[in-house]
Amino acid sequence: MSAGRRAHTRTASHARTAWAAAAATALLAVLLALGTPRVALAVDSNPPLPTPQMQQRYLALTHQFRCLVCEDESLADSPASAAADMRGVIHTLVLEGDTQQQVRDYMVSRYGEFILFRPPMVWRNAWLWGAPPALMIVGILVAWRVLKARRRLIDEDDGLTTDETLNS
Amino acid sequence: MKLKRSLLPLAGFALLLVVLIVGLVHSPEKDIIASPLIGKAAPQFTLPNLFAGKGPVSSAALAGHWSLVNVWGSWCVSCREEHTTLLMIKQQGRVPIIGIDWNDDDADAMQWLQRLGDPYQQVGKDPDGHVAVDWGVYGAPESFLVNPQGMVVYKQIGAMTPQIWQSEFLARIGPAAPGGATSAAAPVVSTAAGSGT
Repeated sequence: MSAGRRAHTRTASHARTAWAAAAATALLAVLLALGTPRVALAVDSNPPLPTPQMQQRYLALTHQFRCLVCEDESLADSPASAAADMRGVIHTLVLEGDTQQQVRDYMVSRYGEFILFRPPMVWRNAWLWGAPPALMIVGILVAWRVLKARRRLIDEDDGLTTDETLNS
Repeated sequence: MKLKRSLLPLAGFALLLVVLIVGLVHSPEKDIIASPLIGKAAPQFTLPNLFAGKGPVSSAALAGHWSLVNVWGSWCVSCREEHTTLLMIKQQGRVPIIGIDWNDDDADAMQWLQRLGDPYQQVGKDPDGHVAVDWGVYGAPESFLVNPQGMVVYKQIGAMTPQIWQSEFLARIGPAAPGGATSAAAPVVSTAAGSGT
């Protein structure tokens, strides 16, 4: 009786540990997906633009471009002096009334498409945008087939054990 | 049949390997070097002269002949490295070098040129980098070859070397006019060469 209860407690605690681990993993995944919190570093020394709309446009733009010196940082976050100059130019263009698209076109005409974190959805880039969903579908199909095969094996296994138990 | 199925993951792995190797070989850096400005008109600019008292430096200086536009700064280590090559190019006299002193301190830049020699025909100063960005510059040194029609023909990222000057720049400019631009006899010799062909 007491042994039974101990066993029961153990399974319960196992289950709890498993749940906690699952929850922690999920939380971690969500945090990673959201990205590291954007720390407001005092990198950008440009004065705020006269209207909130302009300021918003400027911030949106500086986050869209890659700093080519330190490639995984955006212009907004990069302390490189080349990034500061590019921010200065974007600042001027926004102040002169350029739209986001105009600034994007200008930067691409000077630095190429590589400067964009999000490459444009055009046929030339079809493989780039298409490959991840295609690979995911292939992965799901493979996983599904493997799981199905494994279930069949387990079923066969179970049948065998029952037979052997009966025979002995 | 069983053998075939077990080979499937291996085939998948081989495919992945091929994709990754292709990705490595076509690294984005190679795409950056092909500046979108190549084959386009050189961006226009007017900059104050580094040497106070001299007139502004503008893209008008590029018209009608081959030129080398060199973006540099006294803070830049690779610029120090390429400096002797630039002096050699000046001595060769094939093309004038127009300097864009980027993000620099005027006194430092002038001291640099006094100490190491001045390879430039003119130097404009670009302290806030607006012209550098217009030329698609993201590091120094960068050197642009501009043809007589004012079109950007080639861009070198990083230090210029005599080898690169020879194979990428002079090869595009073509053979020297016999006698060279500095020689007084140049027009006569080139007429002779022209009638000879």
